Amino acid sequence: MKKYTNTGSKDTRSGFGAGMTELGQKNENVVALCADLIGSLKFDDFKKNHPERFFQIGIAEANMIGIAAGLTIGGKIPFTGTFANFSTGRVYDQIRQSVAYSDKNVKICASHAGLTLGEDGATHQILEDIGLMKMLPGMTVINTCDYNQTKAATIALAEHHGPAYLRFGRPVVPNFTPADEPFIIGKAIMLNEGTDVTIIATGHLVWEALIAAEALEAKGISAEVINIHTIKPLDDEAILKSVAKTGCVVTAEEHNILGGLGESVARVLALNTPAPQEFVAVNDSFGESGTPEQLMEKYKLNHQAIVEATERVIKRK
Amino acid sequence: MVHAVNSGHPGGSLGCAEFLTVLYQHQMQRKAGFDMNGIGEDLFFLSNGHISPVFYSVLARSGYFPVSELATFRKLNSRLQGHPTTHEGLPGIRMASGSLGQGLSVAIGAAQSKKLNSDQHLIYSLHGDGELQEGQNWEAIMYASAKKVDNLIATIDYNGQQIDGSTDDVLSLGNLKAKFEAFDWDVLEITEGNNIEAIKAGLAEAKSRTGKGKPVCVLMHTVMGNGVDFMMHTHAWHGKAPNDEQLANGLAQNKETLGDY
Repeated sequence: MKKYTNTGSKDTRSGFGAGMTELGQKNENVVALCADLIGSLKFDDFKKNHPERFFQIGIAEANMIGIAAGLTIGGKIPFTGTFANFSTGRVYDQIRQSVAYSDKNVKICASHAGLTLGEDGATHQILEDIGLMKMLPGMTVINTCDYNQTKAATIALAEHHGPAYLRFGRPVVPNFTPADEPFIIGKAIMLNEGTDVTIIATGHLVWEALIAAEALEAKGISAEVINIHTIKPLDDEAILKSVAKTGCVVTAEEHNILGGLGESVARVLALNTPAPQEFVAVNDSFGESGTPEQLMEKYKLNHQAIVEATERVIKRK
Repeated sequence: MVHAVNSGHPGGSLGCAEFLTVLYQHQMQRKAGFDMNGIGEDLFFLSNGHISPVFYSVLARSGYFPVSELATFRKLNSRLQGHPTTHEGLPGIRMASGSLGQGLSVAIGAAQSKKLNSDQHLIYSLHGDGELQEGQNWEAIMYASAKKVDNLIATIDYNGQQIDGSTDDVLSLGNLKAKFEAFDWDVLEITEGNNIEAIKAGLAEAKSRTGKGKPVCVLMHTVMGNGVDFMMHTHAWHGKAPNDEQLANGLAQNKETLGDY
């Protein structure tokens, strides 16, 4: 099994902040908007270095999305930042009409996605955002796995024309993606080649998938691990090629089982080569207060859950 | 147009015909042709997208697309969707509208984009009065003054009507002028919002007040369904098409009509 090294755990949101800092220097059309969460989104450097291009909107997310859409008219590239819940569910209609349907080049950047927000509880732990965003025609949906990948994705989005949703999180997690790895929107990353099962993971579950693959290797199961950072457009080719070899799939994501990566993968398989699939995801429920580790264990979103799902799916081949 | 497809919104359209005509053919500084960024020209955003019939009609007669295309309004494969959209590439449209309450935020963003580009031109927007019941407007109204967005003239189509009745009956807007002023906007009124000369004077005055640190609001008193006696002063024609007889009656009352139907 290919070895991955944690070069120093960091939060993915800091990768976003670092990406914004670099974009601020590189691209004068990039502007940033925030709804009273500068520290949480790591906008401090961008605000300090480019005050004229930083827009503090206040606690008014609907207005933020509309202003971002308007800023594109004149050639600006707006990056909006708030928590994932307030970036999507709260402003769905504003995104739908003023951004997606209007084909505006707005980058909706969302921190604190999923359960790993932790103690704040279900009001802030959105588990439906991938589904909400992927259903919008023309919307690119990205969920990054570590600091380096989040930084690279942020920078890549400035060069991509069209509405996009970038999802990342709060907890400190292993950073293992090479800092110089190019981020190609829509292109899956093969992390480990295997023959018995395809594990397709996104976001914080990618590292868990790598740990699971090691545990499976010890049990004599050869797992292929694919990092899907772009949920839409999905890399159908990479998925189909892998499943043609392994014959079964486990998907893993910090999201509701309904509407997430797993459903997107199932659609691709159903249309091409149906194969047994198990889902590591939240089983249609809200979250609750707790530490990130406690929540990931309780809701079965960790490497143990991926191992168990793999053992189940292999029996179904 | 509305009669031809037996659907659409004639009331608000008739009430804003004079305003949009003056805005496009007299007030705004526009470039020839159309590009999305609109740098170096004044821009307009329609927030109350349901008055698309008059918007399309004015756009066509302002040179954005052929007048003959108006005949495709609301038909399959048309660029003239029921509510305006950029999705079909219709020149003159920079933002989809229809779901109410979003246009002011977009107009503010476009105004701030102009400032970043050192573009001295203005942003105009139009909003229904009933539309102000949507909360997003008040986020935007608070923001525009706090951030000194003073290159923006937002006009309210103050006809006092909405789908279910008068705005007073449905959800009173209260003292709208006092509300905008309390949010630190510069407010002026056009009391005869269906009078071409009054609109010209009002918009000229509004323009003279831009660049002074405050966003400008024009409360434009209009009559819904203006020019057609049986459509006037009622909410009944918000979203209803006239039949053959009603169309003939309405047209007979407007001899000067250009025949966009």
